[in-house]
Amino acid sequence: MSAVTEQRAMRRGGVRALYAGNARAVVGRGLVATRSSNWVVIASGFFEPVFYLLSLGVGLGAFIGTVTDAAGREIPYAAFIAPALLAVSAMNGAIYDSTWNVFFKMNFGKLYEGMLATSLGPLDIALGEILLALFRGAVYGIGFQIVMQLMGLNLSWWALLAVPAVMLIAFGFAAIGMGVTSYFTTFQQMEWIMFVLTPMFMLSATFFPITVYPEPVQWLVMALPLWHGVELVRGLTTGVVGPELLVHVLYYGVMIAAGLAFTTRRLRALFLD
Amino acid sequence: MTVISATDLVKRYGEVAAVDGVSFEVAPGESFGLLGPNGAGKSTTMRMVGAVSTRTAGELTVLGLDPDEFGPEIRARLGVVPQQDNLDNELRVRENLLTYGRYFGLPRRLIAERADELLEFAQLADRGDAKVDELSGGMKRRLTIARALINEPRILLLDEPTTGLDPQARHILWDRLFRLKEQGTTLLLTTHYMDEAEQLCDRLVVVDHGRIMAEGSPAALIRQYSTREVLEVRFGSERNAAAAAALADVGDRLEVLPDRVLVYADDGEAALVEVTARGLQPLTSLVRRSSLEDVFLRLTGRSLIE
Amino acid sequence: MSSEDRLELRRAAVRPRAFGAWYVTEHHVRIWRRYLGVNVATAIGTPFMFLLAFGIGLGLLVNANAGPGGVDGVSYLVFIAPALIATSAVTIASDEFSYPVMQGLKWNPIYIGMHATPITARQVVDGLVLFVALRVTATTFVYFLIMAAFGGVPAASGVLTVPVATFTALAFGTPLFAYAATLREDRGQFAVVQRVLVLPLTLFSGTLFPLEQLPAFLQPIGWLSPLWHGAELGRVVGYGAERPLWLTAVHLAFLVVLALAGWRLAVRVMRGRLDA
Repeated sequence: MSAVTEQRAMRRGGVRALYAGNARAVVGRGLVATRSSNWVVIASGFFEPVFYLLSLGVGLGAFIGTVTDAAGREIPYAAFIAPALLAVSAMNGAIYDSTWNVFFKMNFGKLYEGMLATSLGPLDIALGEILLALFRGAVYGIGFQIVMQLMGLNLSWWALLAVPAVMLIAFGFAAIGMGVTSYFTTFQQMEWIMFVLTPMFMLSATFFPITVYPEPVQWLVMALPLWHGVELVRGLTTGVVGPELLVHVLYYGVMIAAGLAFTTRRLRALFLD
Repeated sequence: MTVISATDLVKRYGEVAAVDGVSFEVAPGESFGLLGPNGAGKSTTMRMVGAVSTRTAGELTVLGLDPDEFGPEIRARLGVVPQQDNLDNELRVRENLLTYGRYFGLPRRLIAERADELLEFAQLADRGDAKVDELSGGMKRRLTIARALINEPRILLLDEPTTGLDPQARHILWDRLFRLKEQGTTLLLTTHYMDEAEQLCDRLVVVDHGRIMAEGSPAALIRQYSTREVLEVRFGSERNAAAAAALADVGDRLEVLPDRVLVYADDGEAALVEVTARGLQPLTSLVRRSSLEDVFLRLTGRSLIE
Repeated sequence: MSSEDRLELRRAAVRPRAFGAWYVTEHHVRIWRRYLGVNVATAIGTPFMFLLAFGIGLGLLVNANAGPGGVDGVSYLVFIAPALIATSAVTIASDEFSYPVMQGLKWNPIYIGMHATPITARQVVDGLVLFVALRVTATTFVYFLIMAAFGGVPAASGVLTVPVATFTALAFGTPLFAYAATLREDRGQFAVVQRVLVLPLTLFSGTLFPLEQLPAFLQPIGWLSPLWHGAELGRVVGYGAERPLWLTAVHLAFLVVLALAGWRLAVRVMRGRLDA
């Protein structure tokens, strides 16, 4: 390799071209925009999982009765499903913020073009957007936890750790989501995201234990990120805590690292090459 | 015999009169312009002629029919090039022509033939399969014109046809429009560019605040409202007003703008000699022929492009 | 103008006046075909997933608790199949009648382009409604076939779940269409409508469980939901559920009246936008 190409490769490989260390500016802009946006939109985000909980936990719960949890106890269906809804809403929020929202800003609002004309780099934008997504995720997570507490669905003090767990889940999905979004050019292509997410939502031990499936299917579900998220939060809110929870945390650690590496790579391809 | 006839045309939105008593007539094959600044009521007039906006008062006939009653009949014989492109971004270039032709109820085979001819005309023959987003601004505008011609319209309505285009793209577009004019298509266009009006219009009206200020051919308007030549002198933004006071009786008329002084005179060079003879030394000076910009300035006291 | 000329002018608009709405539908179909891949994958994949998740997974829990044949006299799968068909129809309608409407008026104003031709504002509306009706019917027919293949729709009249679903989709969709056409700026209104209107109307509509399972104060939400009326109507034709005749008539009337009222309103709003 000649000296010139080597130097070039080094520069291209570096993070400095992508990151000005100023993700705060992007977060700041996002918070200002939130303040001037419709508060109804923000408030309505809180109701989504609550409606699910009322409908499925109460309505369907009356129909189903109790479910056997990981420790072999019979717990009310609402207590079984509530942590899953919390994990799912963290996933949906993060996916919405990192896909639809980013897609819109990228293709219609041209917001990023303006930001990139300043000293900000693509990684500042990516991190800023992800931090915003986490912030929103935490706010909604706390709201839902309060509802769970009021309905008596937190069965253990470990439930206090559910909010950090929710942020971990949101981080994982947001990191991957942004990279995936960078491939899309039309609204309709975005529907593929729903095509992937909906089955995961339905099958990841959200509505019923995966023991209803044959073993090979169970292994398949256990490979999916949402299952780890659901099991992690459920372990905490129902108080079935063991070393297996650390496996779920590790899964998300890897997912976040891989997602950030992937997204950074894509941003470089999009904005710098 | 006219194809468009407007008498005391009014369009009000609540209290605001966007068009406030406009009258004009357009003959077949004529190229007629509405010249005025943004917000003068040109686009609103175009929408009424295009039978997509009902008038508040006055008379209007297009091709002998009342647009409020015979919208589809009139629109079937119009071609419309809107100010904001509304090509379908989800379809490809040629597909845009095909779907648009269907709205006129034309048979598919006829549309396909015309689409190929029109792509040729719009110099887009090799771009038929391109996505609309991949086209430049000038290409999009030419495609919009091609699309407006798919029904072989009797009248082509062009709303600010070259706004936002670079000079080269504008000249290509003017050339295409000139060919249509030669083929006998009636053109009705709005513009706030005087050079465009001079290039394309046989006759025009100057519009401001929803009213017509003057009417005539570009040459006649210039003759009537301006001198043959104009001397533009700059003394620096601080000193223009003082210099103008000293020049009050030079030429036929003076206009003092923030950055320069315009001296209207039939002989610009002679006026410049007179300026220096009075001991004034302009930083720059320019002698040019009068344009529609000068007509507009005279009529309204304002520039066309703010 | 000579009278011959006038006649020629009239003639030019005869076909668009008669078939304009259909030309608009053609346009939507052409765009729909561009995304054939995701559309077909979703149309086939979703019912299988529903079968797997609700029919088998949730069904095990429900049947274990209520005993087989415990829900309205039939298995859980049979109970929910007509409701799932109607739910999918509503999802399509709420997709098509929200953002795309704003896109056609604002972001990529193709409706304005259509209206510059002989197409009228009413035909722009009719064309989209017709397209959505076609798309919903085609998709729900696929759902019906898959559900029926797994024993989810036992009655001979089961195929009627498809037109029932189409009516449900329009009853849900045309009022949304009218609302979407009023919007001039996107301030997240669709997200709000989705969360505080569409979602509760979907969740509290007796699709996954009988409406009576809900606390009394939540049940009126179901009465107002086109989905509840559509699901109940679907059950009558899907497995011959025993419902009073008057109630079935109310379900049908509710759907038809709402669909027509929304449609009319959409035409009015669209006239205001395009003919102003």
